[in-house]
Amino acid sequence: MRKFIRHSGVAAPLLSNNVDTDAIIPSREMKRVSKKGLGESLFAGWRYQVPGTEPSPEFVLNRKQYCGASILLAGENFGCGSSREHAVWALADFGIRAVVAPSFAAIFHKNCISNGLLPVQLAAVDIAALDACSRSDPQTRQLHIDLPRQTIKAANTVEFGFEIRPCDKKVLLLGLDPITQTEQYQSEIDRFAERQRQHSPWIQRNHSGKA
Amino acid sequence: MLDSRLMITPAAQSLFDKLWASHQVAQVGESPEDAQDLIYIDRIFLHERTGSIALKSLQEMGRKVKDPARVFCTLDHVVDTFPGRGDDTLIPFGRDYITTTRSACRSANIRLFDIDDPWQGISHVIAAELGIVLPGLSTVCPDSHTCTLGAMGALAIGIGTSEAEHALATNTLQFYKPPSMRLVCKGTLQQGVSAKDLALHLIAHYGSRGGKGCAVEFAGPAIKALELEARYTLCNMAAEFGAFTAVIAPDEKVFTALRGTGYAPSGDNWDRAVSYWRSLGSDAGAHFDTEYEIDAAVVKPMVSWGTSPQHSIAIDQTIPDPDEQEDAAVADAMRKALGYQDLHAGDKLRGLPIDAAFIGSCTNARLSDLRSAAQIVHGRKVAGGIRAIVVPGSQSVKRAAEAEGLDEIFQGAGFEWRESGCSMCFHAGGETFGAEKRVISTTNRNFEGRQGPGTRTHLASPAVVAASALAGCVSSPPAV
Repeated sequence: MRKFIRHSGVAAPLLSNNVDTDAIIPSREMKRVSKKGLGESLFAGWRYQVPGTEPSPEFVLNRKQYCGASILLAGENFGCGSSREHAVWALADFGIRAVVAPSFAAIFHKNCISNGLLPVQLAAVDIAALDACSRSDPQTRQLHIDLPRQTIKAANTVEFGFEIRPCDKKVLLLGLDPITQTEQYQSEIDRFAERQRQHSPWIQRNHSGKA
Repeated sequence: MLDSRLMITPAAQSLFDKLWASHQVAQVGESPEDAQDLIYIDRIFLHERTGSIALKSLQEMGRKVKDPARVFCTLDHVVDTFPGRGDDTLIPFGRDYITTTRSACRSANIRLFDIDDPWQGISHVIAAELGIVLPGLSTVCPDSHTCTLGAMGALAIGIGTSEAEHALATNTLQFYKPPSMRLVCKGTLQQGVSAKDLALHLIAHYGSRGGKGCAVEFAGPAIKALELEARYTLCNMAAEFGAFTAVIAPDEKVFTALRGTGYAPSGDNWDRAVSYWRSLGSDAGAHFDTEYEIDAAVVKPMVSWGTSPQHSIAIDQTIPDPDEQEDAAVADAMRKALGYQDLHAGDKLRGLPIDAAFIGSCTNARLSDLRSAAQIVHGRKVAGGIRAIVVPGSQSVKRAAEAEGLDEIFQGAGFEWRESGCSMCFHAGGETFGAEKRVISTTNRNFEGRQGPGTRTHLASPAVVAASALAGCVSSPPAV
């Protein structure tokens, strides 16, 4: 998995609350049984005038000053709705490395960690301050994120610390594969299963023939 | 109890604490403060849209499904719901999802509820009606509405595709234990007010983030009084409440519904299971990080006006004004929603003309939902020019409804009567009501483009949707 240690980049503001995963990638754009090549479909409903055609000039990621944006500044409850991991695959494929929001939907947050995309939780006023610092010239006034120090900084001006759960931080810093990590607990898992078989035999799959 | 150590735990535990503790395998992390819990997963449910990718990806990694007997898969998301359906779907790539899922299930030896299976249906509906998921079990599905199954007292968690791969390969997942909330509903719901109205009321009141990432226990007399299917509706909508998951303490209604289902335990195992299930309630004095209390009697029939379920009001209220909001981000989202929905602050929803009415989805497509709509529709006609559709949640629901003649009531009134699946709850299958069409729908999400590009969705209960279909505009049943 891709590591996240430090990153500097153009930050684009999309500050509405409750940006859902249907907005991040509409159902119709999930065209293949695949995790790849979804960047084109990111925010398809807002990014194009008609799906798959001319870009909408007003949409933030289409504006020249935000060209190449790799950090998204967002509102409350970002990534709510459908569990589709396509939302994170589309963000990552587009080139987004971090999303900064006051809160994230739980499944989306976990999907970010699974894919090396950093979810930075920060108060809305601090996000507004970062946006204000970068807005005059986002291309030169880039944001800098330092995961080991847990800081996010705007063009040598304001700097904010952020919280991240230690296990999430470790997975991102080292690019760990959580399945490999869990496989180290194989004997504990097998012991648990055996204990469950004895104490709660009814949990074992029963099949009466119907269905 | 699964773990004898738990028997001596002195502290009062909540229902969720009990479910969590009985699935803790180990702690993963450098120190207890940093650790995530490794949670044992008893049942994994997959569907063709995200399950297909998980199975394919697992295969590509050279990993195997650890215990196929615990894994189930259905075709619900992309599959057509037209009578006589096959593998082709309205959306051009749908066929790939279906055939990939079928062959992946075959090679991994996973029970697939295929298109022509008499038990096919929406994952959360069939997992309950077949007794695949049971109280006290942990279950995951790469679908956000997995929390539906918390209504029977299961630990039910919606996950992403990577997590589905993780669960398939190891029978476990790593989680931080979420904070807890108890939402006590006192009093009783008024006649004609349903669990869907209660859910929309809570989301409108506390917001789409109201659940704060908590495991939310719904409790109190109004919850006890709900029938099991209504509890599924309420827990289903916890996904729109920003909850980690939802739970309700299991009772006789749950045990009665599960008894004799295809996968439920039988004989001695049944008795042992029920005696354990009876212990699954929150102890007196159990700790909750947040406690809310509401009076169920104040809940009115609800309809959403905007593009988030929190944009919901009682049917006779007027749409709130974004200019009166203190929070700029809230106001911004409201303005965008009004623009998309072609509505204005101060507008009333009652009487708003509609183009279509949809009854279906994992929220409201069980037998009691169809009965409640059929009661209103009986002997009447859908208003001219309105497209009205009923999609049962499963083939079992469809058969049971047909045995009662509900299909004839709906078809006689001018509704289409479909095969089971998620259908137009979203645009995955490619079917839509069309751009700028206004739909009143028993589904769970009114997001922009959710039911197709430009489609305007209004969420409501089956009764309100049925009444609106007859009136041709947003309306409530005459009794209310």
